[in-house]
Amino acid sequence: MHVTINGERHELAPGATVDDALSAIGAPRSGVAVAVDGEVVPRVDWAVAKLGDGAVIEVLTAVQGG
Amino acid sequence: MADEYGTDLVIGGHKIGSRLIMGTGGAANLEILERALVASGTTLTTVAMRRIDATTGTGVLDLLRRLGIAVLPNTAGCRTAAEAVLTARLAREALETDLVKLEVVADERTLLPDPVELLDAAEQLVDDGFTVLPYTNDDPVLARKLEQVGCAAVMPLGAPIGTGLGIRNPHNIEMIVAEAGVPVVLDAGIGTASEAAQAMELGCDAVLLATAVTRAADPERMAHAMRLAVEAGYAARHAGRIPRRYWAQASSPERDE
Repeated sequence: MHVTINGERHELAPGATVDDALSAIGAPRSGVAVAVDGEVVPRVDWAVAKLGDGAVIEVLTAVQGG
Repeated sequence: MADEYGTDLVIGGHKIGSRLIMGTGGAANLEILERALVASGTTLTTVAMRRIDATTGTGVLDLLRRLGIAVLPNTAGCRTAAEAVLTARLAREALETDLVKLEVVADERTLLPDPVELLDAAEQLVDDGFTVLPYTNDDPVLARKLEQVGCAAVMPLGAPIGTGLGIRNPHNIEMIVAEAGVPVVLDAGIGTASEAAQAMELGCDAVLLATAVTRAADPERMAHAMRLAVEAGYAARHAGRIPRRYWAQASSPERDE
């Protein structure tokens, strides 16, 4: 299935989770947060939260600013 | 530890060790940022939330952790309450803090806060358990309303972000201070040390600045200057300045005839 991670299209296996999406872009597991289709997915749910086909995933971290 | 006047800066239950809150934006690289942060003596520093990038990783976060500086995530770049609320929730999840510097700006040209969206976002985030520090206009009425919805501090601007124009309306800042029951943090517009001192002399509890330091020719030296300025302004405020007079008043005795 296809998902969009931080604006880029990725191919993930059906049944893939948020954790799989993080692996797909090589993201660290600390200091990041994930929103799927505009909703925050708490860290404790990453391993179990299944992604739907066409899901839009945003992976954010802290950068210099403010 | 209480400061020499016996008053700690406490924002929503968080004790803030330094009255100079720093931003991290604008520094040429992390090495320069590190030297500036150390020289500033800050204990609380803002970061922005953006898409993770393989090249930058979590560098600024690693730096702040190593320096023992608490992180204050902001919602920079958000134009609506909905965007700001989502960004704040992501920041809480990523950084494990309930503190948020709430920024909801109206347009890119002025970067001035949008008061309607700001108040809406503040109310939602307070209800969601955040410790909300709103970046606000230098408007005493808006500051009062932000406090009424439960913000833990109010952070009026001295001038638009990044302008270095100083405190354009000192009287408004004084009115905000006079009315506020929560800490007042002068946020944005500071260009040089005398303006940071002025903010404290006007009665602000802290100063938040970034550009004035990070884009100075020598960020480390300017950070040190800002630290001294905030301390000097705070001390002067508590020392009780003399009243202004129209005519001169000799400070030496009259000459003997």
